[in-house]
Amino acid sequence: MEATSLYNAQFMDHVAHPDYKYDMGDCTCEHDGINPSCGDELHLKVRMADDGTIAEAAYTGHGCAVSMASADMMSDLMVGKTPEEAIKLCQEFKDMITGKQTDQDQLEQDLDEAAMLKDVSHMPARVKCAELAWRTLSEMLKGTADGQASTTEDAADAQKAANA
Amino acid sequence: MDTSLTPEELSLIEANPYKKDFPLLAQKPEVVFLDSAATAQRPGVVLDAQRRFYETMNANPLRGLYKLSVEATQAIADARAHIARFIGALDESGQPLADDVVFTRNASESLNLLAHTVPQVVHLGPGDQVVISIMEHHSNLIPWQQVCRATGAELVYLRTNDDYEITPDELQAKIGPHTKIVSVTQVSNVLGVQNDIAAIAQRAHEVGAVCIVDGAQSVPHLQVDVRHMGCDFLAFSAHKLGGPMGIGVLWGRHDLLEAMPPFLTGGEMIDSVTETDAVWAPVPQKFEAGTQDAAGSYAFDADLTYLEGLGMDAIEKRERLLAIYLTEALESLDFITVVGPKEGVRHISAVSFDVHGIHPHDVASILDMSNVCIRAGHHCAQPLLSYLGYSSTCRASVAFYDDKHDIDQLVAGLQNVWSIFHGSN
Repeated sequence: MEATSLYNAQFMDHVAHPDYKYDMGDCTCEHDGINPSCGDELHLKVRMADDGTIAEAAYTGHGCAVSMASADMMSDLMVGKTPEEAIKLCQEFKDMITGKQTDQDQLEQDLDEAAMLKDVSHMPARVKCAELAWRTLSEMLKGTADGQASTTEDAADAQKAANA
Repeated sequence: MDTSLTPEELSLIEANPYKKDFPLLAQKPEVVFLDSAATAQRPGVVLDAQRRFYETMNANPLRGLYKLSVEATQAIADARAHIARFIGALDESGQPLADDVVFTRNASESLNLLAHTVPQVVHLGPGDQVVISIMEHHSNLIPWQQVCRATGAELVYLRTNDDYEITPDELQAKIGPHTKIVSVTQVSNVLGVQNDIAAIAQRAHEVGAVCIVDGAQSVPHLQVDVRHMGCDFLAFSAHKLGGPMGIGVLWGRHDLLEAMPPFLTGGEMIDSVTETDAVWAPVPQKFEAGTQDAAGSYAFDADLTYLEGLGMDAIEKRERLLAIYLTEALESLDFITVVGPKEGVRHISAVSFDVHGIHPHDVASILDMSNVCIRAGHHCAQPLLSYLGYSSTCRASVAFYDDKHDIDQLVAGLQNVWSIFHGSN
């Protein structure tokens, strides 16, 4: 029942015709996210503008439709946001898909199209899929904020540690 | 779709006199349950027995000196004997070898028990080898990885050929003079193929190794006989054949069970205890520390009676027809590849498949829209999936309470999956 509304035409459009699935040439920072048990792999790249906001976000990789559509919606949403705003939105998205934030109007206002992934809160096995891009971005921005370099190895190690 | 089944065979799987025996399936007729390899549905007689135990004979088994406790103790003893008969663990005069049946929580615990105790019996150490197959469930893989790490022994994998078989040549090559333990699944939970346990056990014994069989996916669907297989141990879970969750079985050869040290220690598994030492209870109590799930054992006993009433031969026959129909139904869809043998007759219950270009998790979520329950993921067999070149697959698995309509619903659901991703055909 929940899946009916999730795999709707708008959602499938992000799967079939993603706007932000490409390899960015001149990125400022990049970070990898993986879901080992699903085989989802996401390479996220972000270019920061001079004013410190996100000028462009794009991704490559492979995974289920939920993980990829979610990455596409997120990339669209993040343009023009400061790192602090972006981290806050990532948290709000997580709160939505884990059922902690249920205010539909608020979610639509803050998360735009990504609010359609609210149905994932009824599909606990898919939370990891929907969350992948947002978790990856949040890790990247927090790492950058701390002055740490975020690399592919870091992400893989962190994932291994998390699954140990 | 084309099917190789005869009209008589088709009408056999169209009829379903079994669903009414299963409260969940009877109360939720919309559910298409094709995930019995994960856990079976439970017949009403099992639920009734569980309740009857607590209502009429509830007491702590083994230690009581009053009637209720004696009844609880007897319930466990009867279940033990029944299980021994069910798997062919009989002495020369045909009596069940009940004391060679150890209760655990599940097949995983049975295999962990063995991984913690058999290495001491065979003095496993550096230079020795433990042989498993590439198609093991993590439950029969990680315990041996850990054992090899701790003892310095080498973990060796039997690999399948292109036709998903472990060949006699492979057995000859991998099981040799350094092999101390061979632990192999009888039926793969991913591929559904059956391994030739008699040949594996024979080869293991030729080189003096102990042979362990993971029967989690075979005991529910086949007439398993430990004498015919010639193995030394068999592990399986009650919940996969309709019994309660939390009851597992370990059958073992008596002399080995005697030689093995205990796994868990504490109450109910000792004869006597001093401040500095303890004397173990005889087998099987030596391996059953703490209060056992007597109600679960009693309910599993009732489950076996139910299955024997239907006849394991009839169950096996029906499930084979269902597996053939399922395999052929999947093969008939041009956007699906069966991962495993294309011949339905080689599948014991489970058929894994790939929907081209669509992630198994999406497939399962969309199938759930039409109440079709399948498994998607790595099926707790990641080394096998990576050997096959996949990170995850879909898996449908049948049991005798399924019918042709269930499989037709799966096919319709898969066509819906395809049209959501690619538009109507």
